[in-house]
Amino acid sequence: MDFFLDSLLLSRLQFALTTIIHIIWPVLSIGLSLFLLIIEIFWFKTGREVYYRQARFWSRLFLLNFGIGVVTGIPLEFQFGTNWAPFSIQNGDFFGNILGFEAAMAFMLEAGFLGIMLFGWDRVAPGVHLFSTAMVAFGASLSAFWIMAANAWMQTPDGVHLEHGRLVVDSYSAAIFNPSAFTSITHMWVASVETTLFLIGGISAWHLLKNRCREFYLISFRLALLSVIVIAPLQIVLGDLSGAVVARHQPAKLAAMEAHWQTNLPGQGAPWVALAWPDPEKQANTWAIEIPYGLSLLTTRSLTGKVTGLRDIPRENQPPVALPFYAFRVMIIIGFLLAFLMLWSAWVFIRKPLTLAHIDRQRHLLWAWVGSAPLGYIAVESGWITREVGRQPWVVYGMMRTEDAATSLPAGVVMTSLAGYTLIYGLLLFGYLFFVRRIIRQGPDLTSPLPAPEQHSPSPAGAGPALEDRQPLGGD
Amino acid sequence: MQDLQMFLANIWYFLLGLVLVLYVVLDGFDLGVGMLSLFARDERSRGIMMASLGYIWDANETWLVILGGMLFGAFPLAYGVMLQAFYLPLLLMIFGLIFRGMAFGFRENADNKRPWNVAFGLGSLLSTLAQGLILGGFISGIPMHGRSYAGHVWDWLTPFSLLVAAGAVFGYALLGAAYLIIKTEGEIQKLNYRYAKIAASLMLLAAAGISIWTPLRHAYVAERWFVWPNFFYIALLPAGAFCSFLMLMRSLQKRQERAPFFWSLGIFLFSFTGLAVSLYPYIIPTTVTLGEAAASPKTLVFMLTGIGMLIPLMLGYNAYQYAVFRGKVREEQGYPSGS
Ligand code: HDD
Ligand code: HEM
Ligand code: HEM
Repeated sequence: MDFFLDSLLLSRLQFALTTIIHIIWPVLSIGLSLFLLIIEIFWFKTGREVYYRQARFWSRLFLLNFGIGVVTGIPLEFQFGTNWAPFSIQNGDFFGNILGFEAAMAFMLEAGFLGIMLFGWDRVAPGVHLFSTAMVAFGASLSAFWIMAANAWMQTPDGVHLEHGRLVVDSYSAAIFNPSAFTSITHMWVASVETTLFLIGGISAWHLLKNRCREFYLISFRLALLSVIVIAPLQIVLGDLSGAVVARHQPAKLAAMEAHWQTNLPGQGAPWVALAWPDPEKQANTWAIEIPYGLSLLTTRSLTGKVTGLRDIPRENQPPVALPFYAFRVMIIIGFLLAFLMLWSAWVFIRKPLTLAHIDRQRHLLWAWVGSAPLGYIAVESGWITREVGRQPWVVYGMMRTEDAATSLPAGVVMTSLAGYTLIYGLLLFGYLFFVRRIIRQGPDLTSPLPAPEQHSPSPAGAGPALEDRQPLGGD
Repeated sequence: MQDLQMFLANIWYFLLGLVLVLYVVLDGFDLGVGMLSLFARDERSRGIMMASLGYIWDANETWLVILGGMLFGAFPLAYGVMLQAFYLPLLLMIFGLIFRGMAFGFRENADNKRPWNVAFGLGSLLSTLAQGLILGGFISGIPMHGRSYAGHVWDWLTPFSLLVAAGAVFGYALLGAAYLIIKTEGEIQKLNYRYAKIAASLMLLAAAGISIWTPLRHAYVAERWFVWPNFFYIALLPAGAFCSFLMLMRSLQKRQERAPFFWSLGIFLFSFTGLAVSLYPYIIPTTVTLGEAAASPKTLVFMLTGIGMLIPLMLGYNAYQYAVFRGKVREEQGYPSGS
């Protein structure tokens, strides 16, 4: 029994470690592929050299990011079988199916056009190239759709029943479009876009501050800024909607996220706990800063709506509290910080257009953008920790407990794989950051010849070497 | 109902086999090129070898992910049990694939290419060995108790699986050399004509060893092979593989460019058909049949519309990508630096 418990814990650690690290890359792959698509549409339409340079520069980052995203994703897929065999055997009928869809519909689409997108500039007509970029971007977002549908199903399983310990799917549409699917797919997708935009904006701001390739980075800064005006507030709305779904379908998780122990009595409002130290032993908070009626208002849209507290949930079904509680707060703070930065920038640039001369006088703002570059990632990680730790002790909410889902392996074996993954993922992350830094420092290549597809004449839309703005970009 | 499920399970057995062969052949030549890169004479030729894969290695590896997803969805029991049984070799395979991907990502940006060259070559070798060990362990059968694995974490490691692993190394090296013959010219191409011959001869030896040993060691295979008239039909498969081998050697002798790859493919196709025929109707040799492991008919049908129908489309756009990059590798293509 002892050894089994250990291997369960180790398998959980291993899964957490590998997903927490994997998610770093897909976020940027999803967002950056959309950014590259938009840039390339501009290039296709206008034929302005800057856009071609933009596309080539950011796609170097994309290439590096994508490659590492792929290799860190493969262990995840196999881990379901190696470390979570009972989970796989029971839920394969639905869950495996969806992972298969993801691979066949999304991953292959990305991979099948990636080569053309990255290395095919001189080999295909501009229209074909644009199509390839669109397929890569579509594939990346589609993969987010499927993996999020699968994960949302684990949160709020629907459309299935168990027969002799085996899952039978009653309705695929109910299972795929389960109660949490819509909010989590959109919230995750927008998180990817938002993280990417603040990263691009931050990198651009840094170069603007350092007086490097200024015209070049002004373009990307402007594009990022304009997009976050929509994205940043949208993410807060979607987050609020996610919270409402959790409140309806996963009351134990909601109570943990909010460190809410005592169900409020009829006629009284549940307070929103801003900050607290939750103590599961005492089933109460050691101390707390509360805002009266807040929680009832947030989750039920009424001052006195009933919100179930953790004490009304059997102890063996309670998730850990401190981790979801704090992780959730980190995410919310970042969500509002990013929205605030957007408002500040919009306020500055509504009064005066976004030109190089004007931007020079906004050094504080630019530094704030530089500082915000990693925030999206931190919000994503803390959002996931909230979601996954808050789902405990269930792996499939209400249907399968985590402890029943793990393969019984000798602890030493799992220890070996965990140590191996820690080492290799650490190396990957370290190497990635090292080389990303190098790519960013090198900056764009502004001199290489423009693409000249071999057997094709330049497109009539002017995406060929016909250029109005041949002046050197950003050299100072 | 039972009939329908068996029918669907058979279709999925076939599709699984198809995707397995696609993976083995396509990522096989990638891994083969990786192993051959260990013998590369200089940095330039190593660069060309990696560039010949730059646009395609990711798509080829994706067949493995699809294979995993298909097995997971269509035969959940087989997925759970097999992955558990091969925990350690799978780990080695994954680590190898990670090293290889890391090399593609980092080498072009690095000043010191040495570590990433090693990661590329040894990563490919490690993955190949692991795949061979898994195949060998698989043929040897997986003990079960009820619906879970009843063996030990080291069960896959036997002299037999080591022989299969050696066969996989030579086989992938052959595919890699044959691919490089198509994609390169001059000195590198000349070398690969030689490598292809060596690899093919060693693979023939390993294959002969495996073919004799398998029925001796595994009764279920012997029962399938040595029954009249089965014997006659099954004998056609090794005969076909051997003919392909002879044609391969001839094409290498005549310095043809495309034929060697084609005949190597032949060897693989005949061997895998042989394997599939020997296993049927087991999905896990001697313990689980297709019918027992298959998902419910509803799932199988749903997956068929979602994945089965997509296979032709995937083949189509993959072929298009190969067509776009046809011809000899130019140095600047593949992972370009600094642009
Ligand atoms: C840029 C990233 C980002 C930002 C700024 C926010 N979130 Fe978020 N959030 C995520 C990125 C994210 C995420 C990582 O993408 C999660 C994890 C799983 C998911 O579906 O989205 C998530 C999950 C998540 C959940 C949990 C859903 C569940 O457990 O099922 C809730 C309730 C919220 N978010 C709420 C918010 C609120 C109220 C925010 C605004 C202030 C907010 N999020 C900003
Ligand atoms: C990529 C973002 C994700 C992150 C950062 C993440 C994080 C985590 C963490 C921290 C745990 C450990 C929870 C605990 O044991 O207390 C966990 C468990 C788990 N998650 Fe996720 N997760 C992510 C996405 C997913 C997705 C998309 C799926 C399914 C498709 C998934 C399935 C699981 C499973 C099966 C477990 C193991 C059982 C368990 O320990 O709960 N996760 N994850
Ligand atoms: C436990 C959960 C997860 C599993 C099992 C998983 C599995 C995989 C696999 C196998 C790959 C490699 C695919 C290839 O060969 O092309 C991959 C890459 C990728 N994953 Fe994940 N993944 C998980 C979580 C996530 C999440 C939460 C997202 C986003 C919402 C995501 C989005 C992607 C994307 C877009 C790629 C493509 C490569 C890239 O863009 O970097 N994955 N994942």
